[in-house]
Amino acid sequence: MLVFRSEAHVDRWLAGRAGGTTVTITKLAELATAWWSDRVAPDWHPRSRDQNQAILDELGLVGEFWRLG
Amino acid sequence: MTPFDLAIRNATYAAFVELGRAPTVGEVAKRMSAPISDVADAWARLQDGHALVLDEAGAILMANPFSAIKTPHRVEAAGQTWFANCGWDAFGIGAALHVDSSIRTTCPDCDERIDLDFRGGRPTDETLVFHVLVPAREWWSDIRFT
Repeated sequence: MLVFRSEAHVDRWLAGRAGGTTVTITKLAELATAWWSDRVAPDWHPRSRDQNQAILDELGLVGEFWRLG
Repeated sequence: MTPFDLAIRNATYAAFVELGRAPTVGEVAKRMSAPISDVADAWARLQDGHALVLDEAGAILMANPFSAIKTPHRVEAAGQTWFANCGWDAFGIGAALHVDSSIRTTCPDCDERIDLDFRGGRPTDETLVFHVLVPAREWWSDIRFT
């Protein structure tokens, strides 16, 4: 899970290898906020897979690549 | 996750934030007034539950989004330097601490340094992109690679 200068840099780095998926850095920031904001709360409880999937779905990160199980 | 394991997990994260580094098993045991062996066993179960990642010696390697060791993903937040496990985790540190952060990483293609701030939930450089190589269902198959 890496940050690149642009999609052109991703393509060059992959050099023809099969890649995963690329999203904007703004989407990554939204995902990080939704995913990690409870992580050091003193009353943290683990989320279920469905709850985690809902976070991805709500951000539009849908499709087979983003299915958690 | 048992109530004891959950308490150990939350105490471990609290200690990580307070200390600015990964706590030792002894430090968490002292905080919890628990035997070291009980905490070590809890950490192992938490790793099995994907709540922590331990190294070969049983010490904390990752308490996502925090890394216990230096990585190419450096984050300044809450007056401290932290290290993240990946690009996603780099943003996660500011999100977890509920503060703005400054992220320094490197483009894997050109090795050029990338500096950006994460302020009010938004990155200051919106031209960058994020590549996820591994499909979501395989993230924990090899979390160190992911």
